[in-house]
Amino acid sequence: MSKIRAGKMSWHEFRERNRLSGGYLLRSRLVSAGASFARFILLFGMCFMILQPILEKISVSLMSLDDIYNPVVISIPTRVITENYKIAYGGMRYGQGFFNTLIVSLTVALVQVAMCTLVGYGFARFEFPFKKFWFACVMVVILVPPQTISTSLYLHFRFFDILGLHQLITGESINLRNSTLPYYLMSIGCTGLKNGLYIFLIRQFFRNIPGDLEEAAYVDGLGTFQTFIRIMLPEAKPILTSCFLFAFVWQWTDVFYTRMFLGGKVFLSTSLSGFADGIGSYVGNASGAGQPVQLPPAQVNQLLSTAILLVIAPLIILYLFAQRAFVESISSTGIKM
Amino acid sequence: MAKLKKKKYVGLQKRKAVSGYLFISPFIIGFLVFMIKPLIQSLYMSFCDVKVGAGRFDQTWIGIKNYYFAFRQDASFPQLLTEGALNMFVYTLAIMVFSFFVALILNQKFHGRALVRAIFFLPVILSSGVMLGVETDNAVMDSMQAAIQASTSNVSITETIQIVLRTAGVGVRAFETVFEIIDNIYDVAVASGIQIIIFLSGLQTIPQSMYEAAEIEGCTAWESLWKITFPMISSIFLVNWFYTVVDYCMRSDSAIMKKIQGVMILQLNYGLTSAMSWIYFVVVLIFVGITSALISRGVYYYE
Repeated sequence: MSKIRAGKMSWHEFRERNRLSGGYLLRSRLVSAGASFARFILLFGMCFMILQPILEKISVSLMSLDDIYNPVVISIPTRVITENYKIAYGGMRYGQGFFNTLIVSLTVALVQVAMCTLVGYGFARFEFPFKKFWFACVMVVILVPPQTISTSLYLHFRFFDILGLHQLITGESINLRNSTLPYYLMSIGCTGLKNGLYIFLIRQFFRNIPGDLEEAAYVDGLGTFQTFIRIMLPEAKPILTSCFLFAFVWQWTDVFYTRMFLGGKVFLSTSLSGFADGIGSYVGNASGAGQPVQLPPAQVNQLLSTAILLVIAPLIILYLFAQRAFVESISSTGIKM
Repeated sequence: MAKLKKKKYVGLQKRKAVSGYLFISPFIIGFLVFMIKPLIQSLYMSFCDVKVGAGRFDQTWIGIKNYYFAFRQDASFPQLLTEGALNMFVYTLAIMVFSFFVALILNQKFHGRALVRAIFFLPVILSSGVMLGVETDNAVMDSMQAAIQASTSNVSITETIQIVLRTAGVGVRAFETVFEIIDNIYDVAVASGIQIIIFLSGLQTIPQSMYEAAEIEGCTAWESLWKITFPMISSIFLVNWFYTVVDYCMRSDSAIMKKIQGVMILQLNYGLTSAMSWIYFVVVLIFVGITSALISRGVYYYE
């Protein structure tokens, strides 16, 4: 059926062939045209459904309040304004938050991917006793909701101590809650945000690489770690890129770990989550009134849309450039249990 | 390889085993320190009355009182739990069906496929973490949403069909679940980005020659879907199901998660928080265990 090339035949020729095939040609043409039309409608609808909230936010963020209340104006503002961006920018302390989020997301993603690569490689390429057991532990890490252990982690870092030594000397434990150290420690231990998933994906990838290169390296006298660094790592670039991008993006938008361990600083995700309730007092302060202003819900909605756009804008730009790395490398892992 | 089977690790094998352990040692340490220790501690805490004071915290053993409280005295927890479990089942099923369907379509050849794939994968980025529920999670928007719902309730097409069907009186409960999913199709679409990719990768590993052979034998597309596609990617179903359930039950915007967070942050009742999250964890574990066991029975491994 797919051998028929549409548009390459003249109408006369087509009729002749159709007659010879007993009407089969015309029928199959109609069916495939109908199918692709239906597919187009379906996909167009679903793509629109996914994109619509973003498009709507963009249009709302550019409108003035008059346009919002004007029933004639639906999606294209009569006058494009940037006022909302200024307020949202200041209200969530964007500059500072952006800087903090960028630094933390970058470093955390790097640490997490580096550690998960080591572990994933270990699981994929070596035989050792209790391997199955430890891999089951990776599954446990994927499965345990962070909320289950959040309380005790909170207390663990609030009253941090190494074997009670510090308390012995100074009589007090260390409060690590407002430092970034605990989260880096957790990242090194592969128990950060969704790290079990990264281990799983990286292991899958390494399992599918043929072992010849590695064997050759061993025969030539390279140690296991050297082999890993020099031979295997360059092969794994696609999966490492995509894991890094995931780690970066998910860390960027994460509230749970950020609120728990990095509470002291300004981050985009945390300031966005409290944005709608706090914007009134910011506007009040900025206008010099010194007390919270009760903003109309429509304007709060507008400012919130703007703030969301501001937070996801860097991610969308990143996605535009690295779209292939996101989509293609996951499919290259060839996932099997 | 025969030596490996006997678990005798000598020479190179031994060296490789040692380096294997060295490679995974970060995970082992992290797992013990940041996973096992807190897990045990929170299990212990769930049987305790926890008081946090200046510079220290005290735990006094009170037995199963926290669990008793969560089930018998807390007004909303049992209801939220059953609702959450039901929702988990319905939504994970909907996400699986939706993502399988979309993956089937995206696996076909057509113009602009790369663009469509990029769009379908966009939610993975845009609906993570804080983006979930930030628009509905505050007092101002809550009231506005309610107002919008009230004013538009009679213009929704599903609502109309729902009324028609309800007056016809056929299987009302089942219909309502279906309608709820249709109303929330956006949530389903947004939550199925990774699943689509995983399904796609599975579909692409099926050799095209199988379909061709089947077609020559007179197999219709519908038949080859059931006889070739389904068995060939059944192992992917298991992976995807696992991922979907885990992803869904960890979403921080579900009612039960909010409840648990509320007990921790507002009431500062750490014992009760631990008890509740353990109950939830066990429910999820049982759910994953039973469903995965059922699915893995039907999995067909083609080697």
